[in-house]
Amino acid sequence: MDKNLFEYLLRLGDDSLILGHRLSEWCGHGPILEEDIALTNIALDLIGQTNSILEYAGKVEGAGRNADSLAFLRFDKDYKNCLLVEQPNGDFGVTILRQFFFDAYRVPLFTMLQNSSDEQLAAIAEKSLKETRYHLKHSSEWVIRLGDGTDESHARIQSALDDLWRYTDELFFSDETDADLKARNIIPDAAAVKTEWQKTVQAVLTEATLSVPTNNWKFEGGRKGLHSEHLGYILAELQFMQRAYPNMEW
Amino acid sequence: MVTEQEIWKYLTEVPDPEIPVLSVVDLGVVRKVDLSEDEIKVTITPTYSGCPAMKRMEDDIVEKLNEKGFGKVSVELVLSPAWTTDWITEEARIKLREYGIAPPENEPDKSVLFANPIVVPCPKCGSNNTRMVSQFGSTACKAHYQCNDCLEPFDYFKCLR
Repeated sequence: MDKNLFEYLLRLGDDSLILGHRLSEWCGHGPILEEDIALTNIALDLIGQTNSILEYAGKVEGAGRNADSLAFLRFDKDYKNCLLVEQPNGDFGVTILRQFFFDAYRVPLFTMLQNSSDEQLAAIAEKSLKETRYHLKHSSEWVIRLGDGTDESHARIQSALDDLWRYTDELFFSDETDADLKARNIIPDAAAVKTEWQKTVQAVLTEATLSVPTNNWKFEGGRKGLHSEHLGYILAELQFMQRAYPNMEW
Repeated sequence: MVTEQEIWKYLTEVPDPEIPVLSVVDLGVVRKVDLSEDEIKVTITPTYSGCPAMKRMEDDIVEKLNEKGFGKVSVELVLSPAWTTDWITEEARIKLREYGIAPPENEPDKSVLFANPIVVPCPKCGSNNTRMVSQFGSTACKAHYQCNDCLEPFDYFKCLR
């Protein structure tokens, strides 16, 4: 088994899975009907991407696991998503800013992954990129609308920014797994993705009249399986059916 | 001996479960038909990663070909080259409009974040005076629009490329 590729696919797939699950929590609770539908549409794209990525991860591992068993039957420390995606939905400002940070990272990542020497990963990236561009457009427009909106909307999304900023550095986490895959031209350099991310973030935050916190306190851990308390609660809900009724299908 | 052409013809009888005026061929989802001695292999590609209609299309393709007397049919899903609305046939665009769904327009690249909004003519009255209500509509592939002249709310099959 290509252990490093498997590990990377879990990181990529779990980001989509956990954020997709978080967005699905908005179903029936959106601030307006159109947003309810938008957030759940984005959730659907993310779960679809998860399916492709984790299905492939199962093949790479070669131990008989598929997308379902990887999504539903692992313990918390085996999930490799970044901390950003598991943070609670908060108000609409928190959700949309979390989405924006993520989309602004995923667009350059998928763009570069299209050139991966791994054919299946390149195919998944090519497919996902088209959808993710719509997500980025949607989240950027909302960040600007809220930031450059009323005093109330500005204050709320600025507070979301002050809170979520510390999780953004982990998007560009890079360890020996990444170094090996990078050397084999399977994944791009995290620093190159970060440069693109910074450009988008700076352009949108400026337009939105928002400011980045000055303190440089950063969190990380998710990529190593060390999560915030929130992941356990997500998994309790996500895994309930498979844990209560093993192997059930419908 | 059945020909590939015949199989393609049968596949035009398999409707898209969500937009039944279109077939899976009109939509550009069917990419390839392979005939071997005792098996037909149909290769399809998803419109959107999470499109819930894909599984249904797979089942419907198998069912249709079984119905036509072919016992061994397999459907394979491939991701690359990724599906684009450019593969929707001209004929299908007319069918979409008649059905009340505005077909995809020639949109600028989505990577341009602050591009001007595109003009989507109303499928009901033909007016260009329409507005986007939401980029995300009733299914993953559609946006929600409204005509400012005849007030018709309508779906727009958004451009994906």
